[in-house]
Amino acid sequence: MTQTSLNVAGDFPLLGRTVRDGKRLVYLDTGATAQKPTAVLDAERRFNEKHNAAVHRGAHQIAEEATEAYEAARAAVAGFVGAEFSEIVWTKNATEGLNLVAYSFLNATLGLGGTAAERFRLAEGDEIVVTELEHHANLVPWQELAAKTGAKLRWISATEDGRLDPASFDVIGEKTRIVAFTHASNVTGAITDVPAVVDRAKAVGAYTVLDACQSAAHLPVNFTELGVDFAAFSGHKMLAPTGIGVLYGRGELLEAMPPFLTGGSMVEIVTMEETTFMPPPQRFEAGTQMVAQTAGMHAAIDYLNNLGMDRLAAHEDQLAERMLEGIATVPGIRVLGPTTPENRLAVVAFDVPGVHPHDVGQVLDDQGIAVRVGHHCAQPAHRSFGVHASTRASAGVYNTNDDVDAFIEGLKQVVKFFG
Amino acid sequence: MEQLYQQVILDHSRERSGEGTLENPAGQSFQVNPTCGDECNVQVNTAEGKISELAWTGKGCSISQASLSLMYEMVDGEPVTEVEELGETFRELIHNRGQELDPEKMDQLEDLGAFTGVGRYSARVKCALLGWMALRDALIQAQDGSKEGSGE
Repeated sequence: MTQTSLNVAGDFPLLGRTVRDGKRLVYLDTGATAQKPTAVLDAERRFNEKHNAAVHRGAHQIAEEATEAYEAARAAVAGFVGAEFSEIVWTKNATEGLNLVAYSFLNATLGLGGTAAERFRLAEGDEIVVTELEHHANLVPWQELAAKTGAKLRWISATEDGRLDPASFDVIGEKTRIVAFTHASNVTGAITDVPAVVDRAKAVGAYTVLDACQSAAHLPVNFTELGVDFAAFSGHKMLAPTGIGVLYGRGELLEAMPPFLTGGSMVEIVTMEETTFMPPPQRFEAGTQMVAQTAGMHAAIDYLNNLGMDRLAAHEDQLAERMLEGIATVPGIRVLGPTTPENRLAVVAFDVPGVHPHDVGQVLDDQGIAVRVGHHCAQPAHRSFGVHASTRASAGVYNTNDDVDAFIEGLKQVVKFFG
Repeated sequence: MEQLYQQVILDHSRERSGEGTLENPAGQSFQVNPTCGDECNVQVNTAEGKISELAWTGKGCSISQASLSLMYEMVDGEPVTEVEELGETFRELIHNRGQELDPEKMDQLEDLGAFTGVGRYSARVKCALLGWMALRDALIQAQDGSKEGSGE
């Protein structure tokens, strides 16, 4: 073991189970969803056993405790991503966070939000820029927004090794109003040079929206330093429960933005004719929120902070390197993405020529190895590689060199079985 | 693994029968499996209550491609009512969680019995049935068409 290796699988109860007739589980599908440490499971249970009540309403002790837990989790998230407390909005997942931004732009375009929101209005001739490597969650909402407002959707293309092509950054121009892009591709694992995109967007006065789903769980991330206007990520990919996500929005922008979902908890004065809205973040948190999940999110962030994101990133860098080296020893495998370990995550999608990903995944599954097969919610990214679907191995904090070695052995079995 | 990937499935996924297109199909159906993006297009003509022409194109895993290929061999030229019955029996097999059906039905299925093991893997059920879904849909269109065609 090198000194960058972590050994924490024991903290994750699910990883102790067996699959397919007693085989050790080798979980390499963290890019889809991460397993949860005992600390997270306990935090959620403890909240429900001791502190469960509606937040921001009610004057009883339990309601106060619930509200404190809910807001303490927000503070933990803010600290984790270099944001101010009021810049963190709870959502159910990253998809909702990205839709929240898109719908707020739409609502502003419809005239809601008054003069403060005029800056978000879109018109025909405006352009929204995305990239070919986006997860559908950071592509489809912008297609929809373009269709509703008459704005034109343009995109940054991908290079042959699955990175954003700087040569195509010139699609960001004077007409660009929004640039939505991923921090790290969930297919190729490539980490985006965020400042390069942000500088370009800022130069033309466009807003930037970062999909941080893959990055927030695996790298030290500071949205303020990155200079993005909005960013979204999901709890379930970073050891926290499902049903909890985060939208970061630069304070000044959230202040000016009209809400997306409306209803209880986000209002000041409601008459039969009209309603005034709370300041952010409450303005964007309509209805009863996923409070127990925020307690789980808080525990996940504490867990990650205790390990140290730098150590975690170094651990996963080493796994990525081992995975790439291992795959290179299996004849014929084509990696969809960078084949070298710099500026990439331990997320490796690949094609086994002549063998469909479903079949690859099935043979791996038979050996207890869990990977993702299909298009990973990124059909255009696959199309850019000229394939329909792929198999993807993605590592997390709990994976070990043994897991990677088992995966490589499994891959050799795949080639043998279908060869 | 060998239980799932029977030799007949591996063979049909490599050497496929019936791949192609028809000039003027009376019925055709395009089906996709949204979880993996697999797709197939089945085209059919009927005459005198039988399948007179059948062709398919598709891309997907070995299970889906072998299912299409074997389906072609089993049903091309056969009476539509028997094909529909066979399709029902095959659907029953695939939903039977990896267990064989009664011997009479297994006889009816012939080589399709090789797909028995697919039923153990819920994620693969759709792979085996994709082609048959397309065939059922295409046959409905072809027969509606022939009824219209035979009308005064």
